Amino acid sequence: MTAISVRNLSIDLGYGLAKKRILGDVSFSVEAGESFGLVGESGSGKSTILRCIARLLTSWEGDIELEGRSIKDMPFAEYCRMVQMVFQDPYGSLHPRQSIRTALQEPLRIHRMDRPLQRMEQALTDVGLNSDFLSRYPHELSGGQRQRVAIARALILEPRILLLDEPTSALDVSVQAEVLNLLANLRAKRNLTYLFVSHDLAVIDHMCERLAVMQHGRVVEIMGRDVLATGQAKDPYARELIHASLEYDHAV
Amino acid sequence: MTASFLSMQDVAMPGSRSNRNSAFHRLLAVIRELLGNPSSGFGFIVISILLLTALVAPLIAPYDPNVINLGQTLQPPSAEHWFGTDELGRDILSRIIYGTRISLTIITIVSVIVGPVGLVVGTTAGYFGGWYDTIMMRVTDIFLSFPSLILSLAFVAALGAGLENAIIAIGLTAWPPIARLARAETLTFRGADYISASRMQGASALRIIVKSIMPMCLPSVLVRITLSMATVILTAAGLGFLGLGAQPPLPEWGAMIATGRRYMLDNWWLVAFPGGAILLVSLAFNLLGDGLRDALDPKQR
Repeated sequence: MTAISVRNLSIDLGYGLAKKRILGDVSFSVEAGESFGLVGESGSGKSTILRCIARLLTSWEGDIELEGRSIKDMPFAEYCRMVQMVFQDPYGSLHPRQSIRTALQEPLRIHRMDRPLQRMEQALTDVGLNSDFLSRYPHELSGGQRQRVAIARALILEPRILLLDEPTSALDVSVQAEVLNLLANLRAKRNLTYLFVSHDLAVIDHMCERLAVMQHGRVVEIMGRDVLATGQAKDPYARELIHASLEYDHAV
Repeated sequence: MTASFLSMQDVAMPGSRSNRNSAFHRLLAVIRELLGNPSSGFGFIVISILLLTALVAPLIAPYDPNVINLGQTLQPPSAEHWFGTDELGRDILSRIIYGTRISLTIITIVSVIVGPVGLVVGTTAGYFGGWYDTIMMRVTDIFLSFPSLILSLAFVAALGAGLENAIIAIGLTAWPPIARLARAETLTFRGADYISASRMQGASALRIIVKSIMPMCLPSVLVRITLSMATVILTAAGLGFLGLGAQPPLPEWGAMIATGRRYMLDNWWLVAFPGGAILLVSLAFNLLGDGLRDALDPKQR
């Protein structure tokens, strides 16, 4: 089954002569249970695609379907239970004046889910934190712990699809590995579908089966993970990107 | 022994503090910070004395503020009447002490009206944006473009003189700066990831505004209200002085100055003591507001 299907997604800003294309005819699809990567340099439109799927941007053209249904006619409550998102900056994605308890309780209250305390404790246990963290505030946590809480908050509604917007790029290298392993384990355990945005090819190589390379708001090539090792991409830009990344890894 | 005490403290630290307790600790920390700085400490102490005085006014006032004693008119300050007596023989100290109740009533009611109104107008305008924002901000601009005392005068003239109408008039003129401030704060938060996350979890606009945006705006709005209290006192005294606020028998400070004005040249105490009270209290609110801004603003740390 196709979990995410994006067809001819475009965004234009401005009118008349000043019209500028931000995203041009982006199409790709992600199977259920798959992890799909979006890579490209800064400003290539990766996060914009994610924000369109997350319904945080609304003025786009084209079709976005989740599990075969267009997100524009899906009831919002049902949509929230299907898709959640983890943001890039763990310092900005948790409300600074809300305790972890409040952050996790809110979605459960909105969707009137039963056994809130049990669910909250379970959600924290699943991301490797204990239930003592419920009474803490974000400023009392480290970056890695905050990102774990953000993942717990995203998973507490039991979504089937997770949108990940560079979830580890703001973290320390050692913490990065922990969070990536956590995400990989959660996906295996819950059979989640990931749409993973990153500019780090090594992270994408570790996390994703397939990926799309983006440049200037367009998808230039969709390839399997094996291409990253061989460097045999068809598109010249994708080839250049992979080579640059390989050379960087050697240099480090 | 010291080592074991330290390790006990370490064990006691993690996680399990209750919510109410931490709010109480934060309040204590804010008060400690206010007292640590001489100017905000002065403000805090004067406001505390003001509150206490209003609370126990009948106990500490040496005379009844409204009893007329024609045998003792216009007495200069003496051991018997510390601040002297006015043209009807009423004790000025007692009248100033009872006047704290009127000033505090005005301040409290104005803050209770102005805070929520400003907060609601500002946060909704900032969050929704678009034409709603435009309309709300133009209305705010119109209110802002009048000098507040003149607008209060117009309201009192339309509604009739009296303390209640003065309070309503001051309330109507004091909310726009707070709405502006709340809107500006909201604009800086509304694009934050935690608002996006909350929206993705299905939170309604009302829930986001009340639970996520208002708590973020509250500290600066609180500071702004404290600072505007000085203006509120001055406006109330001004209306009282013009005979449009509190009416004669009430010991309102502005009204006391207005009646004392006629005897001012020979009997300075009629005007000096109520004037000093107004000065002291509005200065204290300004200093307290400045101190609160330093204590509550996390960006200045």
